Amino acid sequence: MTADKEQKAMQKQFKERLNEDDLLNCMRCGFCLPTCPTYIESGYMESHSPRGRLAIMKAVADGLIEPDEDVERSLNMCLGCRACEPVCPSGVNYGHLLEEVRDIINQNKKHSLPVRTVRKIVFDGLFPYKNRMQSLTGLIGFYQRSGLQNMVHATGLLKLLPESLSSMEKVLPAIPTKKEMKNRPTHLLAHLKTKKRVAFFSGCLMDTMFMKTNDATLKLLQLAGCEIVIPANQACCGALHGHSGEKATAKKLAKQNIAAFESLQVDYIITNAGGCGAFLMDYDHLLKDDQEWAERAKKFTDKLQDISKILVDLEFHKRAHLQLPHQVITYQDSCHLRNVMKTSSNPRTLIKAIDNIKYCEMKNADSCCGSAGIYNIVESEMSMKILDRKMQSAKQTEAKTIVTANPGCLLQMKLGIEREGLTDKVRAVHIADLLLEAYLQPVSH
Amino acid sequence: MGKITNFAFHPNDWRDDTLITKEIKALFCDIVGANNYDDTKVGRLVYSYDATPKYQAMPEAVIAPKNAAEVSAIIKICNNYKIPIVPRGSGTNLCAGTCPTEGGIVLLFKHMNSILEIDEENLTVTVEPGVITLDMIAAVEKKGLFYPPDPSSMKISTIGGNINENSGGLRGLKYGVTRDYVMSLEIVLPNGDIIQTGGKLAKDVAGYDLTRLFVGSEGTLGIITKATLKLIPMPEAKKTMLALYQDLEAAARSVSKIIANKIIPTTLEFLDQPTLKVVEDFAQIGLPTDVKAVLLIEQDGPLEIVEQDMKKIADICTAEKAISVQLAQSAEEAENLRTARRSALSALARLKPTTILEDATVPRSEIAKMVAAINEIAKKYSLDICTFGHAGDGNLHPTCTTDVRNQEEIERVEQAFAEIFQKAVELGGTITGEHGVGMMKAPYLHLKLGEAGINAMKAMKQAFDPNNIMNPGKIFAKDTRKRVVVAK
Repeated sequence: MTADKEQKAMQKQFKERLNEDDLLNCMRCGFCLPTCPTYIESGYMESHSPRGRLAIMKAVADGLIEPDEDVERSLNMCLGCRACEPVCPSGVNYGHLLEEVRDIINQNKKHSLPVRTVRKIVFDGLFPYKNRMQSLTGLIGFYQRSGLQNMVHATGLLKLLPESLSSMEKVLPAIPTKKEMKNRPTHLLAHLKTKKRVAFFSGCLMDTMFMKTNDATLKLLQLAGCEIVIPANQACCGALHGHSGEKATAKKLAKQNIAAFESLQVDYIITNAGGCGAFLMDYDHLLKDDQEWAERAKKFTDKLQDISKILVDLEFHKRAHLQLPHQVITYQDSCHLRNVMKTSSNPRTLIKAIDNIKYCEMKNADSCCGSAGIYNIVESEMSMKILDRKMQSAKQTEAKTIVTANPGCLLQMKLGIEREGLTDKVRAVHIADLLLEAYLQPVSH
Repeated sequence: MGKITNFAFHPNDWRDDTLITKEIKALFCDIVGANNYDDTKVGRLVYSYDATPKYQAMPEAVIAPKNAAEVSAIIKICNNYKIPIVPRGSGTNLCAGTCPTEGGIVLLFKHMNSILEIDEENLTVTVEPGVITLDMIAAVEKKGLFYPPDPSSMKISTIGGNINENSGGLRGLKYGVTRDYVMSLEIVLPNGDIIQTGGKLAKDVAGYDLTRLFVGSEGTLGIITKATLKLIPMPEAKKTMLALYQDLEAAARSVSKIIANKIIPTTLEFLDQPTLKVVEDFAQIGLPTDVKAVLLIEQDGPLEIVEQDMKKIADICTAEKAISVQLAQSAEEAENLRTARRSALSALARLKPTTILEDATVPRSEIAKMVAAINEIAKKYSLDICTFGHAGDGNLHPTCTTDVRNQEEIERVEQAFAEIFQKAVELGGTITGEHGVGMMKAPYLHLKLGEAGINAMKAMKQAFDPNNIMNPGKIFAKDTRKRVVVAK
């Protein structure tokens, strides 16, 4: 297809697929602007604000403007953090509109052969298959354990990679062995009287690269009085696909997950990754036009809860004795946990329940850290600007521990610590790991 | 009588034979640098609108100067080649004042956004026009000082925009509006001259009061590049109250009664039931949605007097058949109530795709009559009109929830608002209290001013801006030029 034909096809789909009422719902009051990280970091460019992007979407749909490179630039620059949604008095469904236009652009776009190949491998060949994720993550583990990593560091080979990627390599957690990754539990009993029967959504990255965090999460659930079912036939949530314009695969994964969880007769489905949780939460929207699945999706999303919410509801923090060596701790919100799952006070409540520590709220903790899925790799420059500002706020708290609730945020905070040269002084941890650590800490006298 | 005009942009209106030739573009780029000059389609599109529904028009270019000297150089070129200039802050205005309906350039102040000085001896703050209102308020409050004007959009609106629109806000009843706090301005005139008006002076009668003339001039006379604003000491205490009514007019009567009893509260806001419902839907702070109207009342000052006033106000409300009067229990609860009120207009967009809002204003004593008239007019034209606003200063915001695609209904909306304006003027009021005339209310200006009044203002405009480059098409209605914009 020529570029011109490509644009015409896209324009047609903007008109057909974007909900006109949703677009008109934006009354352009601008209340979203101060919450948008890209608007601020771009030096207040309206084209990098939610209001501007909605105006662009509407203009393409109305035929005022062709979906040219600048249009794509503006839509790609969005983090998808959805901080604009809770502050929007009109209730514009920004995230849904963004996902739709990204899908349109991607499906019509003629990617170069290498990009197409990589996308095909990652989105269709890798994430949907748990065993392949284990193999790949296993390879990274081999790289770390075999001495190869040391060699690469010593030879300076990493300098060949873009800066954010090379730093990222250094902050990856120690990967479990492939055998450990294969040997995952499917049913666990509560440590005390069973209060709730829950299912655990393990996630693909969380169950491989961040397996330790999943183990901590399960342990906390047991301690809080939960019997846990972990269906082995669950799949990747599909967030990465949905956010990158691979909607068809996302729908396939959604159906697989709904089928895996719907017959388990549990009170809740628990996640420990804000990014996955928010995408799971949107399954009812994703499948709203699918008669067979719409209602089943709704039942699924109604049961979803973040780990921090169920722990607070079951009063784990009141009954368990949590303590840590004296230190300042701060919390960086996971955007999707906060803006889509509407969970922001629970993680703070849990951290504050730990004895002996001082909780210090970070300035703009509710604003994105710039991780945003693969954004920090594909839009590295903007991502690092956002991260650097974030680290300034983190440093002001004088925190020794930065807590997050999502693997992407966790890696990004680790990257920020590395970039600031604070590796010896500051650490970033997932809230589940922190809580288990506080639970296991010997009581001091 | 004039008619509200649709300004919808049509794809054919992207034109290549623009006023800005390659040579002129080079001149602009020399002044501000190429990266501060944008004429891409996306770059122009995102400055083609403001918060006023139904208006969209493309500028030919968007320019972001860094200082008054650059503004002066730009304006000279515009004056020479008769290129329209629309100064724009955050584009939150509600009268299509920043919609570039005549094309030309949009001037951005994103680089000119510094707080230059907080003078604690003279109690003033000096800022560049691009400073966000709330950022400035926060900065002065850190020093125990108070800047009262608080338009609902203050989280994102700029001081430059506030001055050009003479913005009001929730605290206007007791403390007045932006106009009452502007002491001095630096202005670039259309001929490129840079002038300084006023000063850090309590008294100053040296010639005409140009400061007052430029406040609320909607960018039609010159470009404000610096402003010195008056600050006052922070009041000692503040209390917030919610009075609930099952009768709209009883609420409105309470407003007039409170003031007739010689109490001037800081804030006296009115919200009707439909507005309450959408606001609660958004804010979820437990607002009552089963009552017909509420008054949000605040008083500040010395603690003892605040308590005394609040007691009196509560008694008046109860005597006027308020079904309940509740005091906010914490500063947080009070802040939630204010924030919820500020979201009212945008929250109404939840009901229907389009919200068309007006700000007809009447003397305080006439507020009950105006509320009754608005309801009658809504009924007459079979429209959904929700009403909220600054009842205490007679400034209501009747807002029609409608659908811009329903041409027949939009015509009824226009007729209804024409009647509301007429009624407001009959009651001794005005067509706009704080949003400005812009493009939207230009057809109704004669109701308030008469032909002679309009002519006097036009003479002023002619004297400052003989080539009509400064935000043309605003305030004064005229025949639609056929370029760039198309009336549907």
